[in-house]
Amino acid sequence: MIRYRRRTLLQAGAALVGASAFGLPAIVRAQAERVRIGHLTPLTGFLGVIGSYAQLGVKLAAEEINASGGILGKPIDLLSEDSINPATAATKAQRMLEQDGAVVLLGEISSASSLTIMQVAERNKKVFFSTGARSDALRGKNCNKYSFHCDIPNTVMVNAVGTALSQKGMVKGKKFFTLTADYIFGHDLLKAAKTFFGAHEANLIGDELIATDVTDFSPYLLKVRQAKPDVVCCNLAGNQVTNLVKQYAEFGFPYPLVGFNLNTGDAWAAGAGNLSGTWPTVWYHTLNNPTSQAFVAAFTKKYGKPPENHAWIDYITLKLLAEAINTTKSTDSGELIAFFEKQAQFDIGKTRKAYFRSWDHQLVQEAYPFTVKAKDQMKDQWDMLVLGEVVPAANDGLETIYPTREQNPCEMKA
Amino acid sequence: MQFEFLLEQVVNGLVLGGYYLLIALGLSLIFSVGGIVNLAHGAFYALGAYVCVELTKRFGFGASVVISPFAVALLGILFERFILRRFYSADPILSLLVTFGLAMVAEQAIRMIWGAAPVSTEIPQTFRGSIIVGDFLFSRYRLLILVVVAAVLLGIWGLLHKTSFGRVVRAGIQRPDMVAALGIRLQPYMTAIVVLGVGMAALGGAFFAPITTVHPAMGAEIMTVAFVVVVIGGLGSFWGVVISALLVGVVRGIAIHFEPAAGEASIYVLMFLVLLVRPRGLLGERMEKFE
Repeated sequence: MIRYRRRTLLQAGAALVGASAFGLPAIVRAQAERVRIGHLTPLTGFLGVIGSYAQLGVKLAAEEINASGGILGKPIDLLSEDSINPATAATKAQRMLEQDGAVVLLGEISSASSLTIMQVAERNKKVFFSTGARSDALRGKNCNKYSFHCDIPNTVMVNAVGTALSQKGMVKGKKFFTLTADYIFGHDLLKAAKTFFGAHEANLIGDELIATDVTDFSPYLLKVRQAKPDVVCCNLAGNQVTNLVKQYAEFGFPYPLVGFNLNTGDAWAAGAGNLSGTWPTVWYHTLNNPTSQAFVAAFTKKYGKPPENHAWIDYITLKLLAEAINTTKSTDSGELIAFFEKQAQFDIGKTRKAYFRSWDHQLVQEAYPFTVKAKDQMKDQWDMLVLGEVVPAANDGLETIYPTREQNPCEMKA
Repeated sequence: MQFEFLLEQVVNGLVLGGYYLLIALGLSLIFSVGGIVNLAHGAFYALGAYVCVELTKRFGFGASVVISPFAVALLGILFERFILRRFYSADPILSLLVTFGLAMVAEQAIRMIWGAAPVSTEIPQTFRGSIIVGDFLFSRYRLLILVVVAAVLLGIWGLLHKTSFGRVVRAGIQRPDMVAALGIRLQPYMTAIVVLGVGMAALGGAFFAPITTVHPAMGAEIMTVAFVVVVIGGLGSFWGVVISALLVGVVRGIAIHFEPAAGEASIYVLMFLVLLVRPRGLLGERMEKFE
């Protein structure tokens, strides 16, 4: 047995007491000098691929903000983690706010996970920016005072694609068959699609709800063929869009495939030669304006590939949040909410500036339909899409494509 | 008309079952010979897909779909020689742990080499589109897969039942001690079976690369169905796995026809029912060394 001298033990004890008296407060002080921000996004599962882009985007924003002096003169300490699923997302959000001392949360793509984080934010009275979730219900019946929504909602995606399809004569009197993701996002998108079909005299002749773990779509494609529609419409998300697009190209049906939801990451994953049709997007790296191009250049330099739309949205969200904190000189939830509710305008790399609408906290911005370039016209593997005319058109109000207060009512408790 | 639609789903299910078979048969063979449940089997499927996508850029799809399984099968030799071999007679929990760890290492390695974003390739123009026979519609590409699976199946069956190699393997599965007593070293046979199993998984990956998302976690995704197939068929049974793979494909197709929401759950219900009636699986044999 090792014997310690009494003096050694006493010295060690004194050192420990000394450390607790002087050393630990020093650590606490060091933490207080940074502004901690929590970021959650799916890095695994069917949304994992686009989630990893979101993480790259938010990290780049934090680096740039820190390089230019941080917020309120302090550097950002960004905690970015895999949200995994709705239950884990809520647990992690609670931990970030309660134990890690995050002053604000941002991120998420899954509407189901975003909903649980919104509830945590409300309970803790902290602001949460839901960057990539698109369900209308989050801005409507599930809305709350502490949650802000940065991506375009389902209704806008339906309107963006629907307008482009109407112009091509592909809506009025046509038979649609939809394939829909079986969770809150998909149900919500189908609802928006039905509203659009109803208003534009299109017929929905069939819909299949598809579990999020389905990878082989052949049985569903046989059902599509049996229904003989005029247009097939994809209401799926993440990897499932890629799988469907590839398998649709494999079967070579004569009915055009369009979709009310697509991320550029999914389009790239499907690859040239597989994707066709008309789809919506919130942003694309070829948008020609100084803010977008500066971001694309910085991202490409750092990561060696162009950014996907989720990289962009998480990047600009952290940027506009930093701008808000620096303007209000506060991280207090009440002051930030009051600032955004004044509908402050932000340059988000589009022709028109964007703002959070005061009554539902939706970031009102432009959207784009797109079609796919012929393979021989692509400059590289990323140069796949041809953006259509911006929606709403330049002389229409930005809010004309967003759900109205009557269509998607939101009541925020004071 | 309704009946024809159903029949179309049944036929499509058989084709899909053929694809499951490529993954499940290797898993079952490796278990039969070495007593190892290879949780890393999905990683070889993923590697098969990635190598095929990579080779397609240089040599075109036709050559890549042939080269890729052979290239990955060579990795199988190293896998057997340096990892599996140490665990044939060890506690099964150890081989479970080591192959589970290897699956994670392989997934991360793929992420490091090819990135987290999916890579893509497309079907050659010749095999695009569908063939309509009477009222039935077949994807040309899946028919090609079906032909390849049938050829592979026939080849493996012939190898196991019509050659001296197969006789030793089958004897080794039942009574490894007797084979040893006859002075035959089972080691090279085990290597061959692992290489064969790994190669088949890679072949499945290569063929599915153009019609599924090729991403790092694709190996983990396919393993669940592969296990269901092996468990329903009965561990170690060649025909059990064949019947089970086809059955799983067909049951899923029929379920989607009548009740789409039950599509994915249907194969687990099937597994539950089979295990309830025959805990050993459909054609699972009693194996002395596992009793």
